[in-house]
Amino acid sequence: MNSTETGTQREYVTAQIGGELIGLPILRVQDVFIPERPTHVPLAPSEIAGVLNLRGRIVTLIDMRRRLGLAPSSDDKARLAIGVETRGESYGLLIDAIGEVLRLDDDVREPNPVNLDPRLARVSAGIHRLNEQLLMVIDVDRVLDVAPESVAA
Amino acid sequence: MDDLLREFVTETNESLDLVDVELVRFEQDPNNAKIINNVFRLVHTIKGTCGFLGLPRLEALAHAAEALMGRFRDGVPATSDAVTLILAAIDRIKTILDALAQEQREPDGSDADLIGGLTQMAAGLSAPKMPPAEAPERSVGTLVDQVLERPLLPGEDSLDDLERAFRATPVELPQRTKSPLAEVGKDDDQKAGNQSIRVSVETLEKLMTMVSELVLTRNQLLEIGRRHEESEFKTPLQRLSNVTAELQEGVMKTRMQPIGNAWQKLPRIVRDLCNELGKQIDLDMQGAETELDRQVLDLIKDPLTHMLRNSADHGLETPEERRAAGKPERGRIRLSAWHEGGFIVIQVADDGRGLNTERIKAKALTQGLVTEADLEKLTEAQIQKFIFAPGFSTAAEVTSVSGRGVGMDVVRNNIDQIGGTIDVRSVPGVGVSFTIKIPLTLAIVSALIVEAAGDRFAIPQLAVVELVRARADSDHRIERIKDTAVLRLRDKLLPLARLSSLLGLDRAPADDLESGFIVVTQVGPQTFGIVVDAVFHTEEIVVKPMSSKLRHIAMFCGNTILGDGSVIMIIDPNGIAQALGRTAASQLQGAATEEGAVAATASEQNTSLLVFRAGSSQPKAVPLALVTRLEEIDARKIELSNGRHMVQYRGQLMPLVAMNADVRVRAEGAQPLLVFSDGMRSMALVVDEIVDIVEDRLDIEVAGRDGVLGSAIIKGQATEIIDVGHFLPLAFEDWFRRKEQKAALRPRSVLLVDDSPFFRNMLAPVLQAAGFEVTTAGSGAEALAHVDRGGAVDIVITDIEMPEMDGFAFTQALRRHPRGAELPVIGLSSIVSAEAIARGRQVGFHDYVAKFDRQGLIAALKEQSEFGRAA
Repeated sequence: MNSTETGTQREYVTAQIGGELIGLPILRVQDVFIPERPTHVPLAPSEIAGVLNLRGRIVTLIDMRRRLGLAPSSDDKARLAIGVETRGESYGLLIDAIGEVLRLDDDVREPNPVNLDPRLARVSAGIHRLNEQLLMVIDVDRVLDVAPESVAA
Repeated sequence: MDDLLREFVTETNESLDLVDVELVRFEQDPNNAKIINNVFRLVHTIKGTCGFLGLPRLEALAHAAEALMGRFRDGVPATSDAVTLILAAIDRIKTILDALAQEQREPDGSDADLIGGLTQMAAGLSAPKMPPAEAPERSVGTLVDQVLERPLLPGEDSLDDLERAFRATPVELPQRTKSPLAEVGKDDDQKAGNQSIRVSVETLEKLMTMVSELVLTRNQLLEIGRRHEESEFKTPLQRLSNVTAELQEGVMKTRMQPIGNAWQKLPRIVRDLCNELGKQIDLDMQGAETELDRQVLDLIKDPLTHMLRNSADHGLETPEERRAAGKPERGRIRLSAWHEGGFIVIQVADDGRGLNTERIKAKALTQGLVTEADLEKLTEAQIQKFIFAPGFSTAAEVTSVSGRGVGMDVVRNNIDQIGGTIDVRSVPGVGVSFTIKIPLTLAIVSALIVEAAGDRFAIPQLAVVELVRARADSDHRIERIKDTAVLRLRDKLLPLARLSSLLGLDRAPADDLESGFIVVTQVGPQTFGIVVDAVFHTEEIVVKPMSSKLRHIAMFCGNTILGDGSVIMIIDPNGIAQALGRTAASQLQGAATEEGAVAATASEQNTSLLVFRAGSSQPKAVPLALVTRLEEIDARKIELSNGRHMVQYRGQLMPLVAMNADVRVRAEGAQPLLVFSDGMRSMALVVDEIVDIVEDRLDIEVAGRDGVLGSAIIKGQATEIIDVGHFLPLAFEDWFRRKEQKAALRPRSVLLVDDSPFFRNMLAPVLQAAGFEVTTAGSGAEALAHVDRGGAVDIVITDIEMPEMDGFAFTQALRRHPRGAELPVIGLSSIVSAEAIARGRQVGFHDYVAKFDRQGLIAALKEQSEFGRAA
């Protein structure tokens, strides 16, 4: 593993979800909050965990475990959500625990292994090898690409 | 963008819209110097500003247009070609303006074609008598010599000439003779500047968002206040609440714009269409001052334009066709708008040929929207509704005006999106009218907060007609036909659906509908009941758009934050209506037309029929309105007494009558019964199986035998319509008869007026059995004709609810007839309200009887005929 000479560095907010370590580009992260009293949305895609009111804005919660095809959470402990925005809409990505902010070199980011679970590969923008664990870089836009929008209209 | 430039673009666009309108007016009224002066001034201002801002393309165009208009001003008659040319120039200016707004500079390109045409036209038109404007003495200020950087083309005016002409144009500035103070508020043309300011839409939107937030916060506070009964906050909170409401109203008002703004372009469009189609069309606009939210206004502009084009292109006939049809050559399109409750109603009506139902049918068939068998049973109104189906366009040939395959479905979609409804009514040869009903505003609506499966939802109050608590023992009973639940509500059957099932929230198949509340909801012509678990209160909610990930869910049209801070979904009544399915839609058609104050003609009216089997496999039917209840009783409870089957029912013995000899009263299991009640008496008809409730036109085709009125085609099957009147006396011999009836007197003649052939067929034998001679009439007009001909009549029985001429109107007309002035009239109605009775008295009813109260009717007849004799 080379140290940084030429490459740009990026900062990632890391989070634990179902035993996996993921990283989101810090520029995409608005805030981290405890989702309180989410409202279940009937008929919604299963990845949508509900909607809630965060300081007067309506935030759509994405169940990251489902989104990533991970086993559903076994305990009922209060989870956290990472707030992100896209095209003026607010979303909260449900995670188990929030980690530290890491500064990582773009150069050492590796492409997805070919045998990566397609549900993960779909939203992963590459892998960073950390000392103890692998960190999957999450492509926020692809995570948010949930509902088949064509259904509308 | 440069502020100056932005303002120029906005103002110029507005001026140009005005020029459009004025020019079209001028063309129709070429002698009106005031109009052309006005236009001339507007274009001149545009030209001047362009020069100032350094926009040579616009300036040159405006100059050429102005030159041609100068000719009109000089008294040259305006030709249609010339006006078209000027309008084309204005369109080009608009295109350039659009580009200018986006790129902040004039787009490249040449307008030589238009300028050439304009100058040539100007040259071609020679001023006949009037000398060139020469009124320099009236000029104000000094004339500066204008320099044109090219030689004058033949026919072109020098800039100086134009400038002089402009200055010579009388401008309607406030007359100096009056005191300036007296002017204030008088001269609207010039005055508006001081009374209003230009605020960007963005600022208003922001203001609106903030007010919305304020409303939410207020709701939150109110919610907290509700929990603390005695609180010192109470009074200031109330005050805050009131101020917020006023503020909300005020801000809403700033967003209100007259609908005329959306109509401004229409006269021009109609004019162009006239030329293009070779038709003569008058556009009549009423209620242009009706105001609505600008967001809504923007959304309906395009649909309106589209509908107008449709009317002009497909609706109106060519002058020759109109002449042949005996109509005035000039077609007429009427556009009107008015407020109605929280809605604005917009109507686009033409006096053209009407919708071609045959063609719609054919198209609906080829597009697979309906099967041939189903088509047979649809009413005209239902067929006409197909024009709103996706991809439906009946224009035989695709013209450049409309009929590009995107048609009324697009219009309907747009209107659906803003929670509006659209309806069509068409009379062949007389015209089509489209009625659009849309909410005044989209931002804040009043909503009913309900609960289903533990979650709360908001239902927009505008769609809610009433709330009904269903109980097993009340009049509003929920009945079930197979798996379909319906609510009988004042002689109408409403399809019911549980909100929790529609939303897929039912954990267990709970069919305990009785415990819930029924929110009777109306969407366009459809009425249905949404069953919810609980109803809380109504709340002013701020509609927030759904997340794009959830927008595909048709059941919701948005979400909102409640006073307690939680987010809830707003139910989209349109979505529910769709989910209830097309069957429901067609079933309810009949009920709905009544609401819409649009009475379909008699033959189109549907009757709810209960279909069942008894004795044979051939289905039988009876009008649902006659059936009091459907029951399934335990067969073991059926007793045999005196050779007759009886059952204890609601504390009484109720006789059972078998439909025919082939029907066996069951010995065990459940026995389906149709219960008919009249006052205290009930009897039940024993049937084998209750099949369905259908809504269909009832045309009894073949005369029947005992107990059967005849056959009708119902849902594609030949069905026997049973004569309830035949069975009732089987249970109680004196059901219809009274002992005193046998008086051997000359039979009295009854004139029975009812639009429904079914009731005519039903009542006539009953009346005959009671000893009357019966003449029937299908409408008030028919009945009047009978009276006019001198037909026998001693007593008149008339239905109240009839199309065209209702019972009241008919009676009034009858009273004016020399033979009818003294005739006893008995009103017959399914609605017996105090008001209706009072109204009946007023028009001269002698009695008023509920439609299915045979005893009452016969009694009333006796009374009136006795009275008649005595008189």
